[in-house]
Amino acid sequence: MIMLVMVAIVTMVTLGSSSARADTTPGPVGTAATTCASDATTGCLQGTIKLPNGDPAVGIKLEIKGGDLDTTIATGDDGKWSQAITVAGPYTITVDTSSIPDGAVLDSATKNPATVTGALNKNVGYVFKVVGGTTAADGTTTQTPGTDTGTGITFDRFLQQFASGIRLGLLLALAAVGLSLIFGTTGLSNFAHGEQVTLGGLLAYLFANVLGLNLILAAVISVVICAATGYFQDALIWKPLRRRGLGTTQLMIVTIGLSIALQYSYQYFLGASTVRIDRANPVTVDLGPITLSAQSLISMGIAVIVIALVGWVLVKTRVGRATRAVSDNPALAAASGIDVDRIIRLVWTSATALAGLSGVLLGLVLNGVNWQTGLQLLLLMFAAITLGGLGTAFGALAGAMIIGLVVELTNLVLPGDFKYATALLILILVLLVRPQGIFGRRERIG
Amino acid sequence: MDQLLQTLNAILNSAISPQTAALAIAAIGLNIHFGYTGLLNLGQAGFMLIGAYGFAISIIGGLPIILAIIIALVAALIFALILGIPTLKLRGDYLAIVTLSAAEIVRMIGRSSILTDITGGSNGLTGNQYRSPFTSLSFFGDGHITVGPWSYDATGSNGWWFIATAWFVVGVLCLFVWAIMRSPWGRVLRGIREDEDAVRSLGKNVYSYKMQALILGGVIGAVAGIVYILPASLQADSMGRSMTYFIFTALLLGGAATVFGPVLGAIVFFAIRLFVQGIAGQFIPSSIMNGQQTEQFAWIIIGITLMLVVIFRPQGILGNKKELSFDVK
Repeated sequence: MIMLVMVAIVTMVTLGSSSARADTTPGPVGTAATTCASDATTGCLQGTIKLPNGDPAVGIKLEIKGGDLDTTIATGDDGKWSQAITVAGPYTITVDTSSIPDGAVLDSATKNPATVTGALNKNVGYVFKVVGGTTAADGTTTQTPGTDTGTGITFDRFLQQFASGIRLGLLLALAAVGLSLIFGTTGLSNFAHGEQVTLGGLLAYLFANVLGLNLILAAVISVVICAATGYFQDALIWKPLRRRGLGTTQLMIVTIGLSIALQYSYQYFLGASTVRIDRANPVTVDLGPITLSAQSLISMGIAVIVIALVGWVLVKTRVGRATRAVSDNPALAAASGIDVDRIIRLVWTSATALAGLSGVLLGLVLNGVNWQTGLQLLLLMFAAITLGGLGTAFGALAGAMIIGLVVELTNLVLPGDFKYATALLILILVLLVRPQGIFGRRERIG
Repeated sequence: MDQLLQTLNAILNSAISPQTAALAIAAIGLNIHFGYTGLLNLGQAGFMLIGAYGFAISIIGGLPIILAIIIALVAALIFALILGIPTLKLRGDYLAIVTLSAAEIVRMIGRSSILTDITGGSNGLTGNQYRSPFTSLSFFGDGHITVGPWSYDATGSNGWWFIATAWFVVGVLCLFVWAIMRSPWGRVLRGIREDEDAVRSLGKNVYSYKMQALILGGVIGAVAGIVYILPASLQADSMGRSMTYFIFTALLLGGAATVFGPVLGAIVFFAIRLFVQGIAGQFIPSSIMNGQQTEQFAWIIIGITLMLVVIFRPQGILGNKKELSFDVK
């Protein structure tokens, strides 16, 4: 049996793992969300521990000594631990290795005990990495080969990452096609598109998990609501602004404002923690050396069908032809009897629906959504549609597949921190050589 | 009433804080890009981060402070060249997407675990690792100084020495921007913003002018990064995309293509945030909105403010609507 265990990377609880939060500090994106909130007189030590399969590691005991503290805490249901401190200085954190479940050990590269410098008014994160392995009776541990940080490339790992890349690419494409269509028909780079993806995931969480609806029903309702947000966004914001004659730069900055407002609205209502849409443990399917969860496979199937459908509509139907005509030249399209406003309304509606669907599927595949799920994806979407050629729907698909593969395959040779960086670097390099992208046309760029 | 005074106090403190000055400096740099030249740079936080890392790492490596500052500025210059060469000949959105991506790359590399020995990884570098050469330059002496409503240590971090230097830099840069923008060079930049082809037909090398503007604004961004981290700590995540958006908000609030717009905008930006947070904290019961939520509420208001400003008053508080056509080249 091939043990291909994904390396559990213990992530910091929050994106900005620690940031000074004095009144005068422009905070980055919201940072504190755990049970421990740092202020002028307290600081936080915190982290998340995950099992090799990506599930949160529950009940891992940590002994924290230092300052005036000598205490033992355990990770919660979400794998998170945090400890408030009132004295700045070095703290020693020791993981009780016997509390780690069977089949997993602490990564040999992780220090145990670890020394962390705590500071007031700051959240300090520390990473304990848990990987697959066994503990012998005498306490020595054996790490399962290939489960460490893993820079070795085996063909099996390549296949696994390739499959993950296809998965990410398809889900990215769902969202990116909409972004590309909006750009094509209105010339607007919509920086709030990532928040539409997040919205889909959060709504699905609300319906499936909080209200307990059937998963499929919840997904359908979420997508419908997302479509409605697109319809009303165009009706209430974008169409009147087009009428006012705002330039595309102005409109773009409006979307940035919208994106900030939406991100913090999500945090306002749901906090900064990651929520899971489906509480059940994922069922995995082995396809030769590739292991994917059943939900991943179904999601990929849905994505393929929907993308094919969008492609068919664009190429074969009157509405699709009209959309492409508006993308090409709105004035000419209007002159030949196409109702441009109606097409743009339709594009907004379907783009937000697709983004919502992508959010629901991503939430299922990635085992949860939080307020910044879409934010992190937005740059990849932009990279995808720029690669494919701004404003071309099929370019967006091709670009998304490339970006998805690059992101996941980067994991083979570089640590996880770099996976998004590589995708963006490729974007910059492509612009040097072929600025119009793969399917773009020369006259659009200059 | 107490809380109202507290809010007022917080606003007064933030109005002169070095970090407000840093945001103002970054906005001055962005003003050269966006306000005067019409370049849509969405990676100003990346320039700040480059400057901050260049400065802090050089100091920790034992270099003198002057050399550390020069290294930071040169690093930003190189970063601007790398960004400008592929994109300045293309349409504006490409520059926007590339600068945004590049800033994210800098942040991700800075916080990556491999470089923990140099950059401190995601925990960053603490202020006292690089602050002392700057503190030792202080001629303010020790003790405590009170000026009007403000009372701080003379030299300690967040003290008068930091405040005075930060605002001195702001003043010098304002003077500098005022001077160069009324020079022939500055008029070419405005010309590029208004009509690139017209400037080209006059025989000017538009690409080269844009590049110079990108470099100049970026180097000023690096200065902002240094000012930003001096009284605080250096954390990659504190200079991410949100920071760029805040700089944009400050610039547009104050008024793009004006000399004092960025400075006023930075002060107003923090004042709005603290005011909303203070008022919400006082008048809305915590059962409806808790402490954490008042902060998020303030950010929501900031986002909506940005939208409304751009729609209804694109010239900002100080700007002249006729001057600013406000569209990407």
